[in-house]
Amino acid sequence: MDWEALGLSLRLAGLTTLVLLLLGLPLAWWLATTRRRWKFLVEALVAMPLVLPPTVLGFYLLLAMGSRSPLGRGYIALTGHPLAFSFEGLLLASILYSLPFTVQPFAAAFAAVDRGLLEASWCLGASRLRTFLRVALPLSWTGILTGMVLSFAHTLGEFGVVLMVGGDLPGRTRTASIAVFDQVQALDYAAAGRTALLLLGVSFGVLALTYGLRHARRLPWPLS
Amino acid sequence: MAPFLSAGAERRFPGAGTVEARFDIPCTGFSITVLFGPSGSGKTTILRMLAGLERLDAGRILCGDETWADADRGVHRPPQARRIGLLSQGYDLFPHLDVAANLAYGLPGLVPDERRARVAHLLALLDLQGLERRLPAQLSGGQRQRVALGRALARYPRLLLLDEPLSALDRPTQARLRRGLRDLLRHLDLPTVLVTHDRTEALQLGDRIVVMDGGRMCQAGPIREVFDRPSDPAVARILGVETVLLGRVVDARDGLATLAVGDVLLHAADPGGLGERAFLCIRGEDVLLERGDPGPSTARNRLRGWIRTLQPEGLLVRLTLDCGFPLESLVTRQACAELRLAEGEVVTALLKASALHLIPHD
Repeated sequence: MDWEALGLSLRLAGLTTLVLLLLGLPLAWWLATTRRRWKFLVEALVAMPLVLPPTVLGFYLLLAMGSRSPLGRGYIALTGHPLAFSFEGLLLASILYSLPFTVQPFAAAFAAVDRGLLEASWCLGASRLRTFLRVALPLSWTGILTGMVLSFAHTLGEFGVVLMVGGDLPGRTRTASIAVFDQVQALDYAAAGRTALLLLGVSFGVLALTYGLRHARRLPWPLS
Repeated sequence: MAPFLSAGAERRFPGAGTVEARFDIPCTGFSITVLFGPSGSGKTTILRMLAGLERLDAGRILCGDETWADADRGVHRPPQARRIGLLSQGYDLFPHLDVAANLAYGLPGLVPDERRARVAHLLALLDLQGLERRLPAQLSGGQRQRVALGRALARYPRLLLLDEPLSALDRPTQARLRRGLRDLLRHLDLPTVLVTHDRTEALQLGDRIVVMDGGRMCQAGPIREVFDRPSDPAVARILGVETVLLGRVVDARDGLATLAVGDVLLHAADPGGLGERAFLCIRGEDVLLERGDPGPSTARNRLRGWIRTLQPEGLLVRLTLDCGFPLESLVTRQACAELRLAEGEVVTALLKASALHLIPHD
C-alpha cells in the first residue's frame, strides 16, 4: 500500500480546498453581486478548467512555472528551488484546476440569498462585510460546503495536470491517482486495486457526509 | 436649519420612466406622512431613495442639516449612515436568526447587558414575550410584522420608513394592527413615512399625504385637506371616494354610531374601536336623492341640501350638494331628468347607515 502517495493526495486536496475557500468566497461574492458588464469574461475564465483538457492546462502551467518565465524566475529567486515538479507547483496547479468547482457552487448559493435581506442589514447599520459574514455566509453554507467538497474530491482525483506539472516524484508530487497508474504500468494489479479502492472509499465517504449534512435540519444560528 | 426632510430628487429607470420625489415633511416629533398611489406609481422607489438603497439621478435629499444625497455633487450617504428604520413589504426577517437575534441585529455596539435590556424592552413594547427563541418561519404574519417593526426601532432611528406594513396580513389582523400602530408611533414620537395603496390605511394612520401617480407627485398636504379638495380629477380618482368627512363621535351603541359633522348628525354602522374622531367615507352611488318631502324609509340619514354643481359624466351625472358640508352624489341621467334636478334646487339626500364607511382617526 502506498500510504505516502495517499498522504500527499490528502494534504494536496486539503490545502487546495483551504486556499480555494479563502480565494473563492470573495470572488464568488463579487460574481454574484456585481453589475459590471464584463463580468461574463471573468465567469468564462473561471469555468475554463471545466472544458480544457488537463494536459493543455498542465502544459501552459509548466511553461509558466519554467525557469524562463517571470513566475518561475521569481520563485527561484525567492525560495531557491524551481516551482515546476515541486509540491508548491502542484498546489498552484490544483487551485487553478479546481477553481470552477469551488466558485460556481459558492456563487450560486450567494445569488440565491434574497437581496432584501442584505438591504435590511445595511439599513440596520451593518457594514457590507458584516452583512456578508452575518447574513450571506450563514444562509449559503450548504452551497459553500458543496463547493469545498467538490474541490477536495476533484483534487484527490486529478491526474493529467498533476502528471504534467508535478512529474512523478515519490514523496513530493506522486499522488495516489498517479500511484494507481504506476502500479498498473508495473502490472502490480493487487497494489493498484488497494490504492484505487482506498480512493473510492475516501471519495464516497466525503460525498456521503456532505449530502448527509445538507439534508440535516437547519439549526438556528446562535446570537452573535 | 429647519428640521425638515426635504426631497427634490429623481430616479430614472431606462425604458421604464422616472420617479420624482418632491416634498418637505417634518423630521422631528410624531407625524405620519403617507405616500399614496396605485401599484407602480413609484411609492416604494421613493422610500428606497430615502433609505439610500437607490442612488439619485438628479436633485438631492436633505434631512435637517445633513445632506443624504446630492446627485450634482456626487454625494450618497449609505443606508448605514442615515439612522433610518426600514420596514419592507415582505418584512425581510433574517430566517436563520431567532426573534431575539433579529431584534438585536442592529445593536452590535452595545455591551451584552444593555443589548439584552434593549431586546427585552422591544419584546415587551411589541407584545412578543415568550417568542424570543422562535425562528421567523415559526411565527404568524402579525408576529412577523411586529418583529420587523421592533428590529427597525431597535437603533432609535430618526426616521421610520414603512412599506405597506400591513398588506401581507389578513383583513382582521390588518384592522387590529392599524389601530395599534398609530398609537405606538405616537408613543415613540417618531416621524414616519408610510407607503400604501389602501385608502383605509391612509386615512386611519396618516397626518399628511403625498398622492403619487406614474412616478409623479400629484398633490401633497394635510390628509383632510387633500381628501376634501383634490387638486384635480386624477387625484380624486386615485383617492377613489367622492366624499370624505371628519366627524366627532357623539354616541355609539347597538351597532350604530352617531357622528357630528359640523351641526349635522349622521348615523353609521359602528365598525368597533371608535375613539373621539373618525373619517366618514361616502361613495356617490350610495347617495339617493328625493324631491319634496319624502315618505317613510329605511334610510337612517335624511339630509336637506341644495345642489351646488351638476356635471354630466358619461351615463351618470355628478352632483355636489351642500348639506352643511359638501356631499357628492352620482345619479343616472334619466333620474336627473325625471326629478328635474338643476343647480340651486333643494333636495333630500338619503343615506343608509351601512353606506357610511367609518375609519377611526385619533
